Amino acid sequence: MSAAAEPLRDTDLGESELEARVRSLWRTPRGVIGWLSSVDHKQIALRYIVTAFFFMGLAGIGAVVMRLQLATPDAHVVNPDRYDQLFTMHGSTMMFLFAVPIMQAVGLYFVPLMIGTREVAFPRLNAFSYWNYLFGCLFLWFCFFSNNGPDVGWFSYTPLSLSQYNVGHRADFWAQMITYTEVAGLSVAVIMIVTVFKMRAPGMTLDRIPLFTWSSLVTAFMIVFAMPAVVVVSTMLILDRMVNTHFFDSSLGGDNLLFQHLFWFFGHPEVYFIFIPATGFVSSIIPTFARRPMFGHTAVVLSLVATAFMSFGLWVHHMFVTGLPRLGESFFTASSMAIAVPSGIQIFCWIATLWSGRPVFRTPLLFVLGFIFNFVIGGLTGVMVASVPLDTQVHDTYFVVAHFHYVLIGGSVFPLIAAVYYWFPKVTGRMLSETVGRWNFWIAFVGFNLAFFPMHILGLEGMPRRVYTYSAEMPWGTLNLLSTIGAIIFASSFLLLLWNIVRSLRRGEAAGPNPWDGDTLEWATSSPPPPQNFTRIPVVTSLTPLWEHRETLPAVAGLRVDRREVLVSTLTEAEPDIRESSPEPSIWPLFAAIATGCTFLGSIYTPWAIIYGALPVTITLIGWFWPKGTKEDES
Amino acid sequence: MKPRVVLDVAPLPENSFGSRTLTWWGTIGFMCLEGMGFALAIGAYLYLRVLQPSWPMNIPPPDLLPGTIVTVILLISVIPNYFLEHWARAYDMAKVRIGLVLMTLLGIAPVIVRTFEFPALRERWDTDAYGSITWFLLGLHTTHLITDLGDTAVLTVLMFTRHGENPRRFSDTSDNAFYWYFVVLTWLPIYFVLYWLPRIG
Repeated sequence: MSAAAEPLRDTDLGESELEARVRSLWRTPRGVIGWLSSVDHKQIALRYIVTAFFFMGLAGIGAVVMRLQLATPDAHVVNPDRYDQLFTMHGSTMMFLFAVPIMQAVGLYFVPLMIGTREVAFPRLNAFSYWNYLFGCLFLWFCFFSNNGPDVGWFSYTPLSLSQYNVGHRADFWAQMITYTEVAGLSVAVIMIVTVFKMRAPGMTLDRIPLFTWSSLVTAFMIVFAMPAVVVVSTMLILDRMVNTHFFDSSLGGDNLLFQHLFWFFGHPEVYFIFIPATGFVSSIIPTFARRPMFGHTAVVLSLVATAFMSFGLWVHHMFVTGLPRLGESFFTASSMAIAVPSGIQIFCWIATLWSGRPVFRTPLLFVLGFIFNFVIGGLTGVMVASVPLDTQVHDTYFVVAHFHYVLIGGSVFPLIAAVYYWFPKVTGRMLSETVGRWNFWIAFVGFNLAFFPMHILGLEGMPRRVYTYSAEMPWGTLNLLSTIGAIIFASSFLLLLWNIVRSLRRGEAAGPNPWDGDTLEWATSSPPPPQNFTRIPVVTSLTPLWEHRETLPAVAGLRVDRREVLVSTLTEAEPDIRESSPEPSIWPLFAAIATGCTFLGSIYTPWAIIYGALPVTITLIGWFWPKGTKEDES
Repeated sequence: MKPRVVLDVAPLPENSFGSRTLTWWGTIGFMCLEGMGFALAIGAYLYLRVLQPSWPMNIPPPDLLPGTIVTVILLISVIPNYFLEHWARAYDMAKVRIGLVLMTLLGIAPVIVRTFEFPALRERWDTDAYGSITWFLLGLHTTHLITDLGDTAVLTVLMFTRHGENPRRFSDTSDNAFYWYFVVLTWLPIYFVLYWLPRIG
């Protein structure tokens, strides 16, 4: 099995020749086919990010339309049926098609750079996951635009979503497209775990892993153990609807609460799939702008892990009004309050870092400060609704809508926008405008609070969720109008962000490799990063490698340059262990995703589609895995 | 930033087995998420069972024979599977080919017997919740049997071509054998839940 001749290695070439050689080796081929065949984690992550923001825009427009409908009593901007579709699409898109994928996508882009490797583990699976995700998004929104959008809420509760109450295929589209896009989320989670476990640069021991990477790893574990629940429950739902199973039919032994248990077993951790990566953004940004390492690094890591574990023990607090036993409710009240402790530890560590540093108040840090303010409000109302009597009172009112928007937008979207300002220079090589950024922050902050704070009061005044209008006799008009004005201001902050991005892409100031003087490895390479990420894999000697080594970076030699090669290291000590080949670009993941998508789509109309679809899926998978005689396959 | 070479990795191997490789960890990842799916489905079974005064709802427990035959076949298959993994690690092509053919046959056998298991449940999926969840559990495991059989069959063909002469393919064979343990192992609690739990009461 030994090679006939010694392969070409990086030690055989000068620095500039090596750079050119490795760049050409890792480059995505030109042309449409090349573009469709890309397995570069950066390109795929960017596609995820652009797609997720696009669908966030659609769901955001949907939110503005809903707010216009609610701005005044007895309004007729949309009819009740359209309104039902709007809030279902808004919730489903924001949770399934935007928040979780974009958090994973930022990880897909930056984690390999932060841990000093050239690619993720299983790059073709990564490409496959993106195409699945894209087709799932397109199918779902196509249904909406053809007036066939799901209309039973983002959690699609039974019995409302069963065939006797929901004729046609609206709930089927929800069930199958959620399963389909979750295949993408699960694949990316496995990719992330293996990448962080086995592909860290030599010397990046567990205690030297950057906090954002920790957050991506912890989130990936949560996804692996929580997301199968939504796949199981949405599959059971479509089976009940299509082939007359009776999982949720109480007249034949089924139970509607089973749906809720399974859905929220996934649904509550899902909130933390979104929040934990956001804390990773915050923990990346604060040390850079506070000009000191993170205070309580280990405490923050342990808090992430604790939050992840505890998030699996909270789901029943979504079901407090379903008449469950009191003892069970008490347990879930306690756990729902207890999870505030690790989040609180993180917040204190961030404040301590800022307190003891020399903070530089640039746009990313402003958004982080906005996050801390908003998230604390959302966290406090979270502790309130963890209490059964209070939850019973405000359940299904706008108080809950206010709470979870403070947690999700305040806790995740503000850090996400901070991350856009922070890492945009790395991705594009250009800075975003600081002046526009500050306007962006203040408009977002004011608009967000104006839109959502009044909802607390509306909820306490008894305004229920998911009503498409209310009569003029109810005392809700003024606050609703205020909320709508806030929503429009908040939406305009995104337009400003978009304008800043478009303008900066063409005319932004050149960024250089490390414009913020960051301490993690993504800032060691050029902006934008070359296809190979690093011409030489770095060697890590501290938690803040770029503050440790200001002139030269310790690096590895001895990798082959006649094939795509990555370094596989040991799990805890990150000692180099194997030089493994990394798959070259391939069109087959796209074909496999098309075959899978058609199978899922067909299965909405007939269960036989699973049988018919098995053949093309098998053929495309064989095409994907069958060796093509390249050096990556054969050596 | 200018690199300063401090470490030479040229002497490292280009292939390995088990937990040293990426694929092994990827397999573990998929086992975890699929295992979670099985656990939740079993949880749903137990949940529905608790709600009913009698279980199965209106019929006797399923016929033991086909499920037990599948269990015996799966347990026996662990032995050649163990040897196959061992031969793959030794890069012994002749034995690996034999082992893969044998494992393909041992993948086909339980699928054939499985077709008798569905009728042995004694009712259809659309009769009541008992029928629904038992078909669901059995269907979930059958999907795993069939996908692993497909994977093993393709790998078997591959090992008879020129592409087989590659250390990486032996590592793939080892990972494929590893996954088969998972297919066997997940069957045991499902077998217990489907066939013995209704008899215990």
